[in-house]
Amino acid sequence: MSASAVASGTGTSAREGAGRGRTGRFALNVVSVVAGVGLWWGLAAAGLQFPTPVQVLARGWQMALDGTLLTDVLASVRRVLIGFALGSMAAIVVGFLMGWFAAARALLEPWVQFFRTIPPLALLPIVLVLLGIGETPKIFVIFLASFLSCVISTFQGVTDVDRTLINAARVLGSSGPDIFLRVVVPATAPFILVGMRVGLGSAWGTLVASEMLAAQDGLGQRMQRAQLYYDLPTIYVSIIAIGVLGLVMDRLLQVAGDRVTGWQERR
Amino acid sequence: MTAPSTSPKILLRDVAKTFGAGRDEFAALGGFSLAVDDGEFVTVVGPSGCGKSTVLAILAGLEPATSGSVAVDGAPVSGPGPERGVVFQQYALFPWLTVRQNVEFGIRDLPRHERRQRADHFIDLVGLGAFADNLPKTLSGGMKQRCAIARAYAADPSILLMDEPFGALDSLTRARLQEQLLQTWTADRRTILFVTHDVDEAVFLANRVVVMAGRPGRVHAEVEVALPYPRTEDIRLGPDFTELRNRVWHAVHHQ
Repeated sequence: MSASAVASGTGTSAREGAGRGRTGRFALNVVSVVAGVGLWWGLAAAGLQFPTPVQVLARGWQMALDGTLLTDVLASVRRVLIGFALGSMAAIVVGFLMGWFAAARALLEPWVQFFRTIPPLALLPIVLVLLGIGETPKIFVIFLASFLSCVISTFQGVTDVDRTLINAARVLGSSGPDIFLRVVVPATAPFILVGMRVGLGSAWGTLVASEMLAAQDGLGQRMQRAQLYYDLPTIYVSIIAIGVLGLVMDRLLQVAGDRVTGWQERR
Repeated sequence: MTAPSTSPKILLRDVAKTFGAGRDEFAALGGFSLAVDDGEFVTVVGPSGCGKSTVLAILAGLEPATSGSVAVDGAPVSGPGPERGVVFQQYALFPWLTVRQNVEFGIRDLPRHERRQRADHFIDLVGLGAFADNLPKTLSGGMKQRCAIARAYAADPSILLMDEPFGALDSLTRARLQEQLLQTWTADRRTILFVTHDVDEAVFLANRVVVMAGRPGRVHAEVEVALPYPRTEDIRLGPDFTELRNRVWHAVHHQ
Protein backbone atom coordinates (compact mmCIF):
# COMPACT_ATOMS: atom_id res chain seq x y z
CA MET A 1 0.00 0.00 0.00
CA SER A 2 2.75 2.42 0.86
CA ALA A 3 4.56 1.54 -2.36
CA SER A 4 1.54 2.37 -4.49
CA ALA A 5 1.04 5.57 -2.48
CA VAL A 6 4.60 6.58 -3.22
CA ALA A 7 4.14 5.78 -6.89
CA SER A 8 0.96 7.81 -7.21
CA GLY A 9 2.50 10.61 -5.14
CA THR A 10 5.60 10.97 -7.26
CA GLY A 11 3.66 10.46 -10.46
CA THR A 12 1.30 13.34 -9.71
CA SER A 13 2.58 16.55 -11.20
CA ALA A 14 1.41 19.91 -9.90
CA ARG A 15 -0.70 20.43 -13.02
CA GLU A 16 -2.88 17.41 -12.44
CA GLY A 17 -6.14 17.47 -10.50
CA ALA A 18 -5.79 19.16 -7.13
CA GLY A 19 -7.69 16.39 -5.31
CA ARG A 20 -5.43 13.64 -6.51
CA GLY A 21 -2.32 15.69 -5.90
CA ARG A 22 -3.40 16.39 -2.35
CA THR A 23 -4.07 12.76 -1.43
CA GLY A 24 -0.77 11.84 -3.08
CA ARG A 25 1.09 14.40 -1.02
CA PHE A 26 -0.71 13.33 2.16
CA ALA A 27 0.28 9.72 1.50
CA LEU A 28 3.89 10.88 1.16
CA ASN A 29 3.58 12.80 4.45
CA VAL A 30 2.43 9.62 6.19
CA VAL A 31 5.17 7.55 4.59
CA SER A 32 7.76 10.08 5.70
CA VAL A 33 6.54 10.15 9.32
CA VAL A 34 6.35 6.34 9.52
CA ALA A 35 9.87 6.05 8.07
CA GLY A 36 11.18 8.63 10.55
CA VAL A 37 9.72 6.81 13.55
CA GLY A 38 11.08 3.54 12.13
CA LEU A 39 14.55 5.05 11.86
CA TRP A 40 14.30 6.30 15.45
CA TRP A 41 13.28 2.83 16.62
CA GLY A 42 16.09 1.24 14.66
CA LEU A 43 18.69 3.57 16.21
CA ALA A 44 17.29 2.89 19.70
CA ALA A 45 17.45 -0.86 19.05
CA ALA A 46 21.03 -0.48 17.79
CA GLY A 47 22.02 0.72 21.27
CA LEU A 48 22.26 4.51 20.77
CA GLN A 49 21.14 6.83 23.54
CA PHE A 50 17.49 6.86 22.48
CA PRO A 51 14.44 5.69 24.38
CA THR A 52 12.24 3.55 22.12
CA PRO A 53 8.98 4.99 20.79
CA VAL A 54 7.15 2.56 23.05
CA GLN A 55 8.91 3.86 26.15
CA VAL A 56 8.10 7.42 25.16
CA LEU A 57 4.46 6.56 24.47
CA ALA A 58 4.18 4.83 27.84
CA ARG A 59 5.69 7.81 29.65
CA GLY A 60 3.41 10.17 27.76
CA TRP A 61 0.38 8.11 28.75
CA GLN A 62 1.52 8.08 32.37
CA MET A 63 2.12 11.87 32.38
CA ALA A 64 -1.27 12.41 30.77
CA LEU A 65 -2.99 10.27 33.44
CA ASP A 66 -1.32 11.85 36.48
CA GLY A 67 -2.01 15.35 35.10
CA THR A 68 1.56 16.60 34.86
CA LEU A 69 1.40 16.84 31.06
CA LEU A 70 -1.76 18.93 31.16
CA THR A 71 -0.38 21.21 33.89
CA ASP A 72 2.85 21.74 31.96
CA VAL A 73 1.09 22.31 28.66
CA LEU A 74 -1.33 24.80 30.19
CA ALA A 75 1.44 26.71 31.93
CA SER A 76 3.49 26.94 28.73
CA VAL A 77 0.60 27.71 26.38
CA ARG A 78 -0.65 30.41 28.72
CA ARG A 79 2.75 32.15 28.71
CA VAL A 80 3.08 31.90 24.95
CA LEU A 81 -0.42 33.14 24.24
CA ILE A 82 -0.19 36.13 26.57
CA GLY A 83 3.31 37.12 25.41
CA PHE A 84 2.51 36.51 21.75
CA ALA A 85 -0.81 38.37 21.82
CA LEU A 86 0.68 41.41 23.57
CA GLY A 87 3.79 41.33 21.36
CA SER A 88 1.84 41.10 18.11
CA MET A 89 -0.57 43.86 19.08
CA ALA A 90 2.28 46.15 20.07
CA ALA A 91 4.13 45.24 16.85
CA ILE A 92 1.15 46.12 14.67
CA VAL A 93 0.69 49.49 16.37
CA VAL A 94 4.40 50.35 16.32
CA GLY A 95 4.85 48.98 12.77
CA PHE A 96 2.01 51.16 11.47
CA LEU A 97 3.39 54.21 13.29
CA MET A 98 6.86 53.61 11.82
CA GLY A 99 5.50 53.02 8.33
CA TRP A 100 3.09 55.95 8.24
CA PHE A 101 4.89 58.72 10.17
CA ALA A 102 8.45 59.53 9.15
CA ALA A 103 9.15 61.03 12.59
CA ALA A 104 7.98 57.88 14.40
CA ARG A 105 10.19 55.83 12.13
CA ALA A 106 13.22 57.99 12.82
CA LEU A 107 12.60 57.80 16.58
CA LEU A 108 11.87 54.08 16.83
CA GLU A 109 13.95 52.45 14.15
CA PRO A 110 17.36 52.59 15.91
CA TRP A 111 15.89 50.80 18.96
CA VAL A 112 14.03 48.21 16.96
CA GLN A 113 17.07 47.48 14.80
CA PHE A 114 19.36 47.27 17.81
CA PHE A 115 17.18 44.96 19.89
CA ARG A 116 16.47 42.83 16.86
CA THR A 117 20.09 41.70 16.84
CA ILE A 118 19.91 40.60 20.50
CA PRO A 119 18.24 37.27 21.23
CA PRO A 120 15.52 38.18 23.76
CA LEU A 121 16.82 35.45 26.06
CA ALA A 122 20.09 37.33 26.44
CA LEU A 123 18.07 40.00 28.21
CA LEU A 124 16.61 37.51 30.68
CA PRO A 125 19.18 38.18 33.44
CA ILE A 126 18.40 41.90 33.33
CA VAL A 127 14.69 41.24 33.10
CA LEU A 128 14.83 38.92 36.11
CA VAL A 129 16.57 41.60 38.15
CA LEU A 130 14.03 44.21 37.09
CA LEU A 131 10.83 42.19 37.14
CA GLY A 132 11.47 39.54 39.78
CA ILE A 133 11.04 35.82 39.36
CA GLY A 134 7.28 35.47 38.79
CA GLU A 135 5.48 35.07 35.48
CA THR A 136 6.20 38.59 34.30
CA PRO A 137 9.83 38.16 33.16
CA LYS A 138 9.05 35.04 31.11
CA ILE A 139 6.03 36.64 29.48
CA PHE A 140 8.11 39.74 28.86
CA VAL A 141 10.84 37.94 26.92
CA ILE A 142 8.20 36.11 24.88
CA PHE A 143 6.51 39.44 24.28
CA LEU A 144 9.82 40.86 23.09
CA ALA A 145 10.52 37.89 20.82
CA SER A 146 7.17 38.06 19.05
CA PHE A 147 7.18 41.85 18.95
CA LEU A 148 10.58 42.07 17.26
CA SER A 149 9.67 39.41 14.67
CA CYS A 150 6.39 41.06 13.77
CA VAL A 151 7.22 44.77 13.92
CA ILE A 152 9.65 44.81 10.99
CA SER A 153 7.26 42.84 8.84
CA THR A 154 4.35 45.19 9.58
CA PHE A 155 6.53 48.23 8.97
CA GLN A 156 7.75 46.73 5.68
CA GLY A 157 4.14 46.06 4.69
CA VAL A 158 3.13 49.67 5.21
CA THR A 159 6.05 51.04 3.21
CA ASP A 160 5.45 48.48 0.44
CA VAL A 161 1.83 49.46 -0.19
CA ASP A 162 1.42 49.96 -3.93
CA ARG A 163 1.60 53.71 -4.69
CA THR A 164 -0.94 53.24 -7.46
CA LEU A 165 -3.54 52.03 -4.94
CA ILE A 166 -2.95 55.10 -2.79
CA ASN A 167 -3.24 57.31 -5.88
CA ALA A 168 -6.42 55.50 -6.89
CA ALA A 169 -7.88 56.22 -3.45
CA ARG A 170 -6.80 59.87 -3.71
CA VAL A 171 -8.48 60.45 -7.05
CA LEU A 172 -11.60 58.77 -5.63
CA GLY A 173 -11.75 61.43 -2.95
CA SER A 174 -9.87 59.84 -0.04
CA SER A 175 -7.19 61.51 2.03
CA GLY A 176 -5.06 60.98 5.15
CA PRO A 177 -6.79 58.81 7.77
CA ASP A 178 -9.28 57.51 5.25
CA ILE A 179 -6.50 56.18 2.97
CA PHE A 180 -4.80 54.67 6.00
CA LEU A 181 -7.88 52.75 7.15
CA ARG A 182 -9.28 51.76 3.76
CA VAL A 183 -6.07 51.08 1.81
CA VAL A 184 -2.97 50.78 4.00
CA VAL A 185 -4.45 48.57 6.71
CA PRO A 186 -5.97 45.93 4.39
CA ALA A 187 -2.95 46.00 2.07
CA THR A 188 -0.65 45.36 5.04
CA ALA A 189 -2.64 42.42 6.45
CA PRO A 190 -0.66 39.71 4.60
CA PHE A 191 2.64 41.15 5.87
CA ILE A 192 1.31 41.24 9.42
CA LEU A 193 0.26 37.63 9.12
CA VAL A 194 3.72 36.54 7.97
CA GLY A 195 5.24 38.50 10.83
CA MET A 196 2.89 36.88 13.31
CA ARG A 197 3.77 33.40 12.11
CA VAL A 198 7.48 34.10 12.46
CA GLY A 199 6.72 35.71 15.82
CA LEU A 200 4.84 32.67 17.04
CA GLY A 201 7.78 30.45 16.16
CA SER A 202 10.24 32.61 18.01
CA ALA A 203 7.83 32.94 20.95
CA TRP A 204 7.86 29.15 21.36
CA GLY A 205 11.63 28.99 21.13
CA THR A 206 12.02 31.70 23.71
CA LEU A 207 9.42 30.18 26.00
CA VAL A 208 11.12 26.82 26.30
CA ALA A 209 14.53 28.32 26.93
CA SER A 210 13.20 30.79 29.48
CA GLU A 211 11.39 28.00 31.32
CA MET A 212 14.59 26.00 31.41
CA LEU A 213 16.36 28.96 33.00
CA ALA A 214 13.72 30.27 35.37
CA ALA A 215 10.42 28.55 35.95
CA GLN A 216 8.65 26.28 38.43
CA ASP A 217 6.45 24.60 35.85
CA GLY A 218 5.95 24.29 32.09
CA LEU A 219 7.32 22.00 29.41
CA GLY A 220 10.77 23.57 29.41
CA GLN A 221 11.10 23.22 33.15
CA ARG A 222 9.92 19.58 32.93
CA MET A 223 12.71 18.84 30.45
CA GLN A 224 15.28 20.62 32.54
CA ARG A 225 14.36 18.55 35.61
CA ALA A 226 14.22 15.30 33.62
CA GLN A 227 17.72 15.95 32.35
CA LEU A 228 19.03 16.04 35.94
CA TYR A 229 17.64 12.54 36.51
CA TYR A 230 18.66 11.28 33.09
CA ASP A 231 14.95 10.69 32.40
CA LEU A 232 15.09 10.59 28.60
CA PRO A 233 11.46 9.52 27.87
CA THR A 234 10.10 12.58 29.71
CA ILE A 235 12.33 14.84 27.63
CA TYR A 236 11.01 13.23 24.46
CA VAL A 237 7.40 13.57 25.56
CA SER A 238 7.99 17.27 26.23
CA ILE A 239 9.73 17.82 22.90
CA ILE A 240 6.92 16.13 21.00
CA ALA A 241 4.34 18.14 22.95
CA ILE A 242 6.17 21.38 22.08
CA GLY A 243 6.34 20.42 18.43
CA VAL A 244 2.69 19.40 18.17
CA LEU A 245 1.46 22.49 20.02
CA GLY A 246 3.60 24.77 17.85
CA LEU A 247 2.30 23.10 14.71
CA VAL A 248 -1.33 23.34 15.83
CA MET A 249 -1.02 27.00 16.77
CA ASP A 250 0.71 27.82 13.49
CA ARG A 251 -2.03 26.08 11.51
CA LEU A 252 -4.77 27.87 13.45
CA LEU A 253 -3.07 31.18 12.73
CA GLN A 254 -2.78 30.28 9.06
CA VAL A 255 -6.44 29.31 8.79
CA ALA A 256 -7.50 32.52 10.52
CA GLY A 257 -5.13 34.46 8.28
CA ASP A 258 -6.41 32.93 5.06
CA ARG A 259 -9.83 34.32 5.86
CA VAL A 260 -8.35 37.81 6.13
CA THR A 261 -5.95 37.63 3.19
CA GLY A 262 -7.83 35.34 0.80
CA TRP A 263 -8.04 38.16 -1.72
CA GLN A 264 -4.35 37.84 -2.58
CA GLU A 265 -3.38 36.76 -6.07
CA ARG A 266 -1.09 33.76 -6.03
CA ARG A 267 1.43 33.57 -8.81
CA MET B 1 -18.11 69.52 -33.25
CA THR B 2 -17.34 70.57 -29.68
CA ALA B 3 -19.61 72.68 -27.55
CA PRO B 4 -18.62 76.35 -27.80
CA SER B 5 -17.59 77.82 -24.49
CA THR B 6 -15.65 80.85 -23.36
CA SER B 7 -12.83 78.99 -21.61
CA PRO B 8 -11.48 75.55 -22.43
CA LYS B 9 -12.34 72.60 -20.18
CA ILE B 10 -8.67 71.87 -19.55
CA LEU B 11 -5.93 74.44 -19.90
CA LEU B 12 -2.24 73.79 -19.31
CA ARG B 13 0.01 76.76 -19.93
CA ASP B 14 3.79 76.55 -20.06
CA VAL B 15 3.85 73.70 -17.56
CA ALA B 16 7.24 72.44 -16.37
CA LYS B 17 7.95 69.54 -14.05
CA THR B 18 11.33 68.57 -12.67
CA PHE B 19 12.04 65.57 -10.48
CA GLY B 20 14.94 65.29 -8.07
CA ALA B 21 17.44 68.03 -7.30
CA GLY B 22 21.06 69.01 -8.01
CA ARG B 23 22.90 66.47 -10.15
CA ASP B 24 19.92 64.12 -10.21
CA GLU B 25 17.57 66.81 -11.45
CA PHE B 26 15.48 65.57 -14.33
CA ALA B 27 13.19 67.74 -16.44
CA ALA B 28 10.14 65.62 -17.26
CA LEU B 29 8.15 68.47 -18.77
CA GLY B 30 9.17 71.89 -20.06
CA GLY B 31 6.95 74.47 -21.68
CA PHE B 32 4.04 72.10 -22.10
CA SER B 33 0.85 73.84 -23.22
CA LEU B 34 -2.46 72.29 -24.17
CA ALA B 35 -6.08 73.33 -24.28
CA VAL B 36 -8.90 70.81 -24.42
CA ASP B 37 -12.49 71.87 -25.07
CA ASP B 38 -15.51 70.43 -23.34
CA GLY B 39 -16.58 67.15 -24.90
CA GLU B 40 -13.35 66.54 -26.81
CA PHE B 41 -11.61 63.17 -27.00
CA VAL B 42 -7.90 63.97 -27.08
CA THR B 43 -5.19 61.34 -27.17
CA VAL B 44 -1.60 62.05 -26.18
CA VAL B 45 1.02 59.90 -27.86
CA GLY B 46 4.79 59.99 -27.77
CA PRO B 47 7.94 57.94 -27.26
CA SER B 48 8.34 56.29 -23.88
CA GLY B 49 9.77 58.60 -21.27
CA CYS B 50 8.47 61.74 -23.00
CA GLY B 51 6.47 62.75 -19.94
CA LYS B 52 2.98 61.92 -21.16
CA SER B 53 2.04 60.15 -17.95
CA THR B 54 3.39 63.10 -15.98
CA VAL B 55 0.94 65.38 -17.81
CA LEU B 56 -1.87 63.14 -16.65
CA ALA B 57 -0.59 62.93 -13.06
CA ILE B 58 -0.43 66.73 -12.88
CA LEU B 59 -3.94 67.07 -14.28
CA ALA B 60 -5.21 64.45 -11.86
CA GLY B 61 -3.73 66.49 -9.01
CA LEU B 62 -1.43 63.66 -7.95
CA GLU B 63 1.73 65.64 -8.76
CA PRO B 64 2.17 69.41 -8.48
CA ALA B 65 3.59 71.23 -11.50
CA THR B 66 6.96 72.83 -10.87
CA SER B 67 5.92 75.93 -12.81
CA GLY B 68 3.23 77.06 -15.21
CA SER B 69 -0.51 77.03 -14.75
CA VAL B 70 -2.95 74.13 -14.74
CA ALA B 71 -6.67 74.83 -14.78
CA VAL B 72 -9.83 72.76 -15.10
CA ASP B 73 -13.11 74.60 -15.75
CA GLY B 74 -11.18 77.81 -15.25
CA ALA B 75 -10.10 76.94 -11.69
CA PRO B 76 -6.48 76.12 -10.83
CA VAL B 77 -5.77 72.47 -9.99
CA SER B 78 -4.38 71.95 -6.48
CA GLY B 79 -5.22 68.30 -5.88
CA PRO B 80 -7.51 65.49 -6.97
CA GLY B 81 -11.16 66.41 -7.51
CA PRO B 82 -14.41 64.58 -8.13
CA GLU B 83 -14.83 66.20 -11.56
CA ARG B 84 -11.75 64.32 -12.76
CA GLY B 85 -11.89 60.53 -12.96
CA VAL B 86 -8.67 58.58 -13.50
CA VAL B 87 -8.09 55.16 -15.04
CA PHE B 88 -4.63 53.72 -14.46
CA GLN B 89 -2.68 51.35 -16.66
CA GLN B 90 -2.27 48.77 -13.91
CA TYR B 91 -6.02 48.80 -13.11
CA ALA B 92 -5.33 49.81 -9.49
CA LEU B 93 -8.32 47.88 -8.20
CA PHE B 94 -8.36 47.27 -4.46
CA PRO B 95 -7.74 43.52 -4.44
CA TRP B 96 -9.53 42.97 -1.10
CA LEU B 97 -12.78 44.51 -2.37
CA THR B 98 -15.30 42.94 -4.72
CA VAL B 99 -16.12 44.51 -8.08
CA ARG B 100 -19.12 46.28 -6.55
CA GLN B 101 -17.19 47.47 -3.50
CA ASN B 102 -14.48 48.82 -5.80
CA VAL B 103 -17.02 50.72 -7.86
CA GLU B 104 -18.65 52.06 -4.68
CA PHE B 105 -15.29 53.22 -3.24
CA GLY B 106 -15.54 56.79 -4.52
CA ILE B 107 -19.25 57.33 -3.83
CA ARG B 108 -19.50 56.30 -0.19
CA ASP B 109 -21.10 59.61 0.78
CA LEU B 110 -24.26 58.62 -1.07
CA PRO B 111 -27.03 56.85 0.84
CA ARG B 112 -26.68 53.09 0.74
CA HIS B 113 -29.53 52.41 -1.63
CA GLU B 114 -28.54 55.06 -4.15
CA ARG B 115 -24.89 54.01 -3.97
CA ARG B 116 -25.79 50.45 -4.74
CA GLN B 117 -28.03 51.46 -7.62
CA ARG B 118 -25.37 53.72 -9.15
CA ALA B 119 -22.67 51.06 -8.81
CA ASP B 120 -24.82 48.38 -10.39
CA HIS B 121 -25.72 50.69 -13.26
CA PHE B 122 -22.08 51.20 -14.21
CA ILE B 123 -21.16 47.57 -13.55
CA ASP B 124 -23.88 46.58 -16.02
CA LEU B 125 -22.70 49.24 -18.45
CA VAL B 126 -19.24 47.65 -18.66
CA GLY B 127 -20.77 44.17 -18.85
CA LEU B 128 -19.64 42.88 -15.44
CA GLY B 129 -23.15 42.34 -14.04
CA ALA B 130 -22.52 38.66 -13.43
CA PHE B 131 -19.26 39.40 -11.60
CA ALA B 132 -20.36 42.13 -9.20
CA ASP B 133 -19.51 40.04 -6.14
CA ASN B 134 -16.22 38.67 -7.51
CA LEU B 135 -12.82 39.60 -6.17
CA PRO B 136 -10.42 41.14 -8.71
CA LYS B 137 -8.14 38.08 -8.60
CA THR B 138 -10.85 36.06 -10.36
CA LEU B 139 -11.08 38.52 -13.29
CA SER B 140 -9.10 38.69 -16.53
CA GLY B 141 -7.07 41.79 -17.38
CA GLY B 142 -9.80 43.16 -19.65
CA MET B 143 -12.47 42.63 -16.98
CA LYS B 144 -10.29 44.33 -14.37
CA GLN B 145 -9.89 47.36 -16.58
CA ARG B 146 -13.63 47.47 -17.25
CA CYS B 147 -14.18 47.43 -13.49
CA ALA B 148 -11.71 50.30 -13.11
CA ILE B 149 -13.55 52.25 -15.81
CA ALA B 150 -16.88 51.64 -14.07
CA ARG B 151 -15.30 52.87 -10.83
CA ALA B 152 -14.16 56.08 -12.51
CA TYR B 153 -17.59 56.64 -14.10
CA ALA B 154 -19.46 56.01 -10.84
CA ALA B 155 -18.28 59.30 -9.34
CA ASP B 156 -19.77 61.02 -12.42
CA PRO B 157 -16.71 63.04 -13.43
CA SER B 158 -16.93 65.52 -16.30
CA ILE B 159 -13.39 64.60 -17.36
CA LEU B 160 -11.82 61.18 -17.73
CA LEU B 161 -8.03 60.94 -17.54
CA MET B 162 -6.81 57.63 -18.88
CA ASP B 163 -3.16 56.55 -18.57
CA GLU B 164 -2.47 53.82 -21.15
CA PRO B 165 -5.53 51.96 -19.87
CA PHE B 166 -5.44 49.26 -22.54
CA GLY B 167 -1.64 48.94 -22.73
CA ALA B 168 -1.45 45.62 -20.90
CA LEU B 169 -4.27 43.91 -22.80
CA ASP B 170 -4.17 41.59 -25.81
CA SER B 171 -5.11 43.19 -29.13
CA LEU B 172 -8.58 41.63 -29.42
CA THR B 173 -9.62 42.72 -25.93
CA ARG B 174 -8.10 46.12 -26.59
CA ALA B 175 -10.08 46.63 -29.79
CA ARG B 176 -13.30 45.67 -28.04
CA LEU B 177 -12.68 48.00 -25.11
CA GLN B 178 -11.78 50.83 -27.51
CA GLU B 179 -15.11 50.42 -29.26
CA GLN B 180 -17.02 50.30 -25.97
CA LEU B 181 -15.24 53.40 -24.74
CA LEU B 182 -16.14 55.26 -27.95
CA GLN B 183 -19.76 54.13 -27.64
CA THR B 184 -19.99 55.53 -24.13
CA TRP B 185 -18.21 58.72 -25.15
CA THR B 186 -20.48 59.30 -28.16
CA ALA B 187 -23.46 58.92 -25.84
CA ASP B 188 -22.36 61.22 -23.00
CA ARG B 189 -19.54 63.36 -24.47
CA ARG B 190 -17.48 63.48 -21.34
CA THR B 191 -14.13 65.15 -22.00
CA ILE B 192 -11.45 62.48 -22.29
CA LEU B 193 -7.68 62.87 -22.19
CA PHE B 194 -6.19 59.53 -23.10
CA VAL B 195 -2.46 58.76 -22.96
CA THR B 196 -1.10 55.93 -25.10
CA HIS B 197 2.07 54.84 -26.85
CA ASP B 198 0.06 53.10 -29.56
CA VAL B 199 -0.29 55.27 -32.67
CA ASP B 200 -3.22 53.24 -34.10
CA GLU B 201 -5.11 53.55 -30.86
CA ALA B 202 -4.40 57.27 -30.64
CA VAL B 203 -5.82 57.92 -34.12
CA PHE B 204 -8.75 55.52 -33.86
CA LEU B 205 -10.14 57.04 -30.66
CA ALA B 206 -9.46 60.76 -30.86
CA ASN B 207 -10.86 63.77 -32.55
CA ARG B 208 -7.42 65.27 -31.92
CA VAL B 209 -4.03 63.62 -31.42
CA VAL B 210 -1.33 65.42 -29.46
CA VAL B 211 2.16 64.17 -30.29
CA MET B 212 4.76 64.81 -27.58
CA ALA B 213 8.51 65.13 -27.81
CA GLY B 214 10.67 64.22 -24.83
CA ARG B 215 13.43 65.62 -22.61
CA PRO B 216 11.82 67.82 -21.57
CA GLY B 217 8.30 66.77 -22.52
CA ARG B 218 6.45 69.25 -24.73
CA VAL B 219 3.90 69.29 -27.54
CA HIS B 220 5.60 68.37 -30.80
CA ALA B 221 2.60 68.33 -33.13
CA GLU B 222 -1.18 68.26 -33.09
CA VAL B 223 -3.16 66.27 -35.65
CA GLU B 224 -6.89 66.81 -36.13
CA VAL B 225 -8.69 63.53 -36.82
CA ALA B 226 -11.68 64.53 -38.93
CA LEU B 227 -12.98 60.98 -39.27
CA PRO B 228 -16.66 60.59 -38.41
CA TYR B 229 -18.03 58.78 -35.37
CA PRO B 230 -19.02 56.02 -34.87
CA ARG B 231 -15.63 54.72 -35.90
CA THR B 232 -16.39 51.47 -37.60
CA GLU B 233 -14.11 48.73 -38.78
CA ASP B 234 -14.38 50.20 -42.30
CA ILE B 235 -12.96 53.45 -41.02
CA ARG B 236 -10.17 51.65 -39.20
CA LEU B 237 -9.21 49.83 -42.40
CA GLY B 238 -9.85 52.74 -44.79
CA PRO B 239 -7.33 54.98 -46.59
CA ASP B 240 -8.11 58.15 -44.59
CA PHE B 241 -7.26 56.38 -41.36
CA THR B 242 -4.05 55.02 -42.84
CA GLU B 243 -2.99 58.45 -44.04
CA LEU B 244 -3.60 60.02 -40.62
CA ARG B 245 -1.89 57.16 -38.87
CA ASN B 246 1.17 57.61 -41.09
CA ARG B 247 1.29 61.32 -40.29
CA VAL B 248 1.16 60.64 -36.56
CA TRP B 249 3.66 57.81 -36.89
CA HIS B 250 6.13 60.15 -38.58
CA ALA B 251 5.59 62.81 -35.97
CA VAL B 252 6.30 60.29 -33.21
CA HIS B 253 9.24 58.50 -34.79
CA HIS B 254 11.05 61.27 -36.66
CA GLN B 255 11.16 64.18 -34.24
